[in-house]
Amino acid sequence: MPTIIINDEKIEFKEGMNVLQACELAGIEIPRFCYHDRLSIAGNCRMCLVEMENSPKPIASCAMPATDGMKIKTNSKIVKDARHGVMEFLLINHPLDCPICDQGGECDLQDQAMYYGFDKSSYKENKRAVNNKYMGPLISTIMTRCIHCTRCVRFSTEIAGVDDLGLLGRGEKAEITTYLEKAMNSELSGNVIDLCPVGALTNKPYEFQARPWELKKTETIDVFDAVGSNIRVDSIGKKVLRVLPRINEDINEEWINDKTRFAIDGLQKQRLDKCYIKENERFQETSWKKALDRIILQINKTSSKNIMTLSGKLSDVETIFSTKMLFDNIGSNNYECRIDNVRIEPKARVSYTFNTGIARIEESDLILLIGTNPRWEASILNARIRKSYLNNNTRVALIGNKKDLTYDYEYLGNSLKILEDILNEKNDFSLLMKESKKPMIILGEAALARQDGNCVLNVCRKMCEKFSIVDKNWNGFNFLNSSISKIGALDIGFYNESFSADVQKNIDKFCSNKESVVFLLGVDEIDMDIFQNSFVVYIGHHGDRGAHRADVILPAPAYTEKDSLYVNLEGRILQAHQCHAPLGDAKEEWKIMKMLGDMLGANMKFKNLHELRELICLSNELFREINVLHKNKFSTFGISGEIIESPIVDVINNFYMTDPISRSSKTMAECTSDILKLNKDALIPND
Amino acid sequence: MNNIFKKIKSFFLYEIFIGLFLTLKYIFKEKVTINYPYEKGPLSPRFRGEHALRRYPNGEERCIACKLCESICPAQAITIEAEARDDGSRRTTRYDIDMTKCIYCGLCEESCPVDAIVEGPNFEFATQTREELIYNKEKLLSNGDRWEQEIALNLKANAKYR
Repeated sequence: MPTIIINDEKIEFKEGMNVLQACELAGIEIPRFCYHDRLSIAGNCRMCLVEMENSPKPIASCAMPATDGMKIKTNSKIVKDARHGVMEFLLINHPLDCPICDQGGECDLQDQAMYYGFDKSSYKENKRAVNNKYMGPLISTIMTRCIHCTRCVRFSTEIAGVDDLGLLGRGEKAEITTYLEKAMNSELSGNVIDLCPVGALTNKPYEFQARPWELKKTETIDVFDAVGSNIRVDSIGKKVLRVLPRINEDINEEWINDKTRFAIDGLQKQRLDKCYIKENERFQETSWKKALDRIILQINKTSSKNIMTLSGKLSDVETIFSTKMLFDNIGSNNYECRIDNVRIEPKARVSYTFNTGIARIEESDLILLIGTNPRWEASILNARIRKSYLNNNTRVALIGNKKDLTYDYEYLGNSLKILEDILNEKNDFSLLMKESKKPMIILGEAALARQDGNCVLNVCRKMCEKFSIVDKNWNGFNFLNSSISKIGALDIGFYNESFSADVQKNIDKFCSNKESVVFLLGVDEIDMDIFQNSFVVYIGHHGDRGAHRADVILPAPAYTEKDSLYVNLEGRILQAHQCHAPLGDAKEEWKIMKMLGDMLGANMKFKNLHELRELICLSNELFREINVLHKNKFSTFGISGEIIESPIVDVINNFYMTDPISRSSKTMAECTSDILKLNKDALIPND
Repeated sequence: MNNIFKKIKSFFLYEIFIGLFLTLKYIFKEKVTINYPYEKGPLSPRFRGEHALRRYPNGEERCIACKLCESICPAQAITIEAEARDDGSRRTTRYDIDMTKCIYCGLCEESCPVDAIVEGPNFEFATQTREELIYNKEKLLSNGDRWEQEIALNLKANAKYR
């Protein structure tokens, strides 16, 4: 390994590192504004100047590759003076408005001015002022504060893949702009707020709400898509104020999408905080006891065969497991998580997880997207595909609706018949598949939520076998799930095999029974008319479609209000933590199930969350390990048959509103009207 | 001998007359007491009395909700909530001081970047109930309006030492 001498200390470094990274290895902090690990190097802030032997001037350490035997000094007078000088220049045009700036208290410029700056400025002239730019409903701009590090520009062009931001002008006239004063057309736009080292780009919905030091910070998991991004939730009292990403190299690196970041204002609106019973077509507020008695009465009226439960998009593992336990105990196996009618094979875990793993997308050289829009179904995963496309020259092909995925792809058509052609080597794409070393198939929900879903699955499996998509070290078969509850539910066994042939039809049939009692665990994305004859119990946190149809409503906490486990699309177990107590009378679902079970005389074998988790682990050993990617054995799945010639219908048609929380969010409504509607041609498929 | 002198002194009430003479001396000296509710003693410009929120001469409130006073307050007597006002500026929607918690240390005044929160010269704000001592923004602003002249003079007098 090559060595570098930093402050007379020898440090070994990896080939390809720059001086700044080598200094970090030595444990020396180099101040910087424009340099960022995940972005290209700009070298324009000059804050990272260090002294190099045999160089007449200090060098920018971020832009200088480290070489063997290089001698660097970071604590000499030259370096100190250089930092003073750069700091003074940066502050010439930076306004002194820290007290009204939202970045105050967590600002790189503020901190570094304290450590490396000078206490006086020799600049007596007027400071410049810059007009604020419109960047959409999520980002508020105070452009006078900008120090032109261009992190936001590099982020949007490199990672988000949209050329909406740019730097115009030179010298004192330089300005960051959106060119046409339009909203940034990306689902990852919120990340520029975190990247901005000063307060030029700030969080608009959070504007002036709080100071960083007064927030309670909880590290938890995002539930808006199946990626399970690691997040930090900042709250005061019973109000969640903002969401920030947490670094997890295997999942979200350090990005999160805008729904994760901004939909949290929906947690305050439309909440169910009391029990309700429907009487004469009107909801009456009631106590827990009365509501539960009403449910027990209804259950006792009917036989256990007529009771069913469906799990929704945001259910956690505890909810699903305790519900299953209750139902098993009262002698009913009518539980189902596949309400979107996606024909996955619950027995073969390999068929319903993202087997390659999000991080390993970067290794792939060929990706075939089938009936999916990763940009909307899993934005973070799409950013990985883009990263792979840029760094690894990965070729991407798409079967489905044409759309802007932020990278170039080969469009194969909008029919699943093409899969058969590829399998039978009637399509040119077969050749690429054959030649590829690490090919990937990403199968979307839209491709399987069809009559012929099983056959599509079958063809994909055959492709895996034929083109060696799966071997000892590489599993290129991936199913892209869009809801965080599904894989956990399947791992627990929350499905009824007798429904498998056509889940939707079987649920319809079940509900036509006049005596049926249906429990909805936060289910809103289903046609509510099918429950016309049933007695519906809704357990959830938002007054959405499901609650409107319900006969009894039991309030439950939202994802920020409970400790729970989730399983992300890779099949990774993730642990979420409680940020604040549930609103109103809400109780965790597993507590509700425990109460119901005790009233019905069922044997609920747990008393607290700890015991429940232990039972979950006993039922499936996978749950013992948090944040570990398990290898799934490749097995046979799918049913052979004819694929029907019909276009694919996308599962998401509005990225910003996919679940009860984001549907009640004002910010998401603004995004829908300001970003989606204005950029129709760019985002809405089927142009 | 000593004993005899003592006896004579006490017989002629010598000490009593000395005492009476001292009293007599003070009758002709300047008074140190004041007739309190009607007369008041002088106050230093640095006196830390009842809090007030000030305004700019054009009537705009000074406080910008930076929350520095809230965070520095050692008694945690200050509570602030903020949001953007209709014109987009940063303002408080709530500014409460619990005067029963406050220890009158003056750190809030010192930390304020815009001289909005000040401890004025008023010390006569005793109340019948504790509730009345929980001041809200409205009360603090009206204090500011009432005492502005004195506060401004005090700040001016103190300015060269800050």
